[in-house]
Amino acid sequence: MTLPALTLPLAQAAAGVDPWILVFSLVTVAVTVWMGFRSAKSSKTAGDFFVAGRSVSVGWNASAISGEYLSAASFMGIAGMVMAIGYDALWYPVCYACGYLFLLLFIAGPLRRFGAYTIPDFAEGRYDSPLFRKIAVCFVLFIGFFYTMPQMKGAGTTLAYIFPGLPYWVGVAVVGAVITLNVALGGMKGITLVQAMQYWMKIFAISVPVFVLAAVFGGYGKNLSVNAATPAERAALVQNVEHPRLDLPAKAPADEAWISPFGPLTTKAAKAAKLSPEEARPLSLLYTYSLIIALVCGTAGLPHILVRFYTNPDGVAAKRTTMWVMILIGVFYVFPPVIGVLGRNFMPELYNGIGAKGTDKIVLELPTLIRANYGVLGSVLSGIACAGAFAAFMSTFSGLLVSMTGALAHDVYGRMLKPDSTPEQRMKMFKFAAIGIGAVSVGLGCCVEPLEINFMVGQAFAIAAASYFPLLFMSVWWRGMTMKGAAAGMLTGGILALLAAALTNASNLALDKGPMGKIFAPFAPLNEFWAHHPLLRILCEQPAIWTVPLAIGLMIVVSKATAKDVPKDIRMKMLVLHAPEALGLKNEYIQEHQSGAGH
Amino acid sequence: MPQPPNTPSDKIHSEAFLSELMRRQLVLSTGCALAFLIALLGLPLVNYLAPAIMAKRVGGFTLAWLILGVLFFPYVWAISFHFIRRSLALEASEVKEARR
Repeated sequence: MTLPALTLPLAQAAAGVDPWILVFSLVTVAVTVWMGFRSAKSSKTAGDFFVAGRSVSVGWNASAISGEYLSAASFMGIAGMVMAIGYDALWYPVCYACGYLFLLLFIAGPLRRFGAYTIPDFAEGRYDSPLFRKIAVCFVLFIGFFYTMPQMKGAGTTLAYIFPGLPYWVGVAVVGAVITLNVALGGMKGITLVQAMQYWMKIFAISVPVFVLAAVFGGYGKNLSVNAATPAERAALVQNVEHPRLDLPAKAPADEAWISPFGPLTTKAAKAAKLSPEEARPLSLLYTYSLIIALVCGTAGLPHILVRFYTNPDGVAAKRTTMWVMILIGVFYVFPPVIGVLGRNFMPELYNGIGAKGTDKIVLELPTLIRANYGVLGSVLSGIACAGAFAAFMSTFSGLLVSMTGALAHDVYGRMLKPDSTPEQRMKMFKFAAIGIGAVSVGLGCCVEPLEINFMVGQAFAIAAASYFPLLFMSVWWRGMTMKGAAAGMLTGGILALLAAALTNASNLALDKGPMGKIFAPFAPLNEFWAHHPLLRILCEQPAIWTVPLAIGLMIVVSKATAKDVPKDIRMKMLVLHAPEALGLKNEYIQEHQSGAGH
Repeated sequence: MPQPPNTPSDKIHSEAFLSELMRRQLVLSTGCALAFLIALLGLPLVNYLAPAIMAKRVGGFTLAWLILGVLFFPYVWAISFHFIRRSLALEASEVKEARR
């Protein structure tokens, strides 16, 4: 792009900028970059780059996992979704937070005791199969890129909010470049520090506006109470006299549908098929269950979160870390729905906007309501919220970048391409890989402007739920698993979930009024088909309810059929996975492996 | 690294030790998972079967909203706190048993 062509939109963009919002956002970026550079000095060895020398304390690690996990979808998407569709959206924050329990109960401890840098390390170690490592690496990159796209969309739309008129792709490119630089220079050690800090930034940025707004406009319960749950209740409704609720536009869902379970999200397919409310209810229940399975199992199978358990000094610390992560993110997730509820009552005009101009920006925009009473405080609060949004997509993207770069530098280069490479060569490769993956992510991010943030994140969860979760769960608890069984289940489940997600996206994009609608026009008849088969539409939009059992079932059947391939030293492997670390079995296992032939 | 001299290696490597180890861990994990799953999977069912009860107001919230949006988090914290305490105690007793 030529210079005058670039300066014109920049000049337009600078015109409507609120200085407070700009200052807070710039400070966030500057502090992130500064901390990355500072810690780059202290991370010297290859171990530092991959798993932070395994010396991260429980408090730091829990804050860092939480900081990485709370993405653009959590910070902006949930409040927007609660405002847009009401009760059903609450399943997202609850399952995002509670999926960690599954991780804690079944996976976190054994995985850490087994000791390996990455999930592909675990896959290879558990099945003694370099081939399986390659399959597992593919899924790290696969789920990673799927999860990266919505973060990039968040970056593009937030920058478009701060600089009205700025093209979407500029935001994506700027944020992508800053984080890629940071990761390439600091490695994981730098990132742990930055992400731990970013958790506290996010909780501050979401809670302070909620407390101030609640003090002015009334609390959570009070604002919910003005939405009638039943027709009888409507007659008896007492409105908040000081701050009466504003009139809802025609596009907003009615009170009953919004505040009650089985609302607009879960009945969409049935409505398109013109089913009666009574006929639609069982389908809504099915949708809800499938969503719960995808989110809970998906959390336990997210590769970029799992890799963090290796940065704990031991398995006890890994468990304590999970406990603290659940508390930290649980506390966070109470706040976004409050903003969604306040948004419905006091900023209903956002129901008329589309995409980034719609309910998704409620977290950024709602604090400006304070301006009427307290002037500049409103802008400051909006600035704090923008800083939180920055922290959200920056930290999640850097975490994804570290895990994908680790997979490339450590697995593809260090294990497959050049097994005899020196630590220096691997560190150099880490930096190159970071830049390469950062560039691809920015390119992908530029393409997904018409897609919804939260929906894309949900799809990444559904794919993880059908691939990594069954792999980890079954490998840890069933000694009869063979490599063929694991690969068959993981590939079938993961790929079917991916196909279902892609099909849903294609049919949604076919409805787009912009250029994407034209590209995906061949998929338009699919919507006709969905209208006649609402059940199939739901199973395609939320595939977890059949892909997860299918993956596990295939693992069992194929493993039984290939039972002779169970690794010979399976008892020792299971001991290392389950016996307390104090017994020192890990060292024994490594010594045996180094001296034993055939591995 | 040399092994601790007082480790009775045969016992640790026996089939009985591993089975008992995995069984005890799985019983604890499954118990906690059940407490979680009953609440998580039961709530949509209660919403489905008893919508009138779940629409009752408690401090402005509907009952369904209060449970899912607020009360669910401390419930899960309680389960995980219980699990961590029990599982650390379990590990300590396993180590003691193995070295006896």
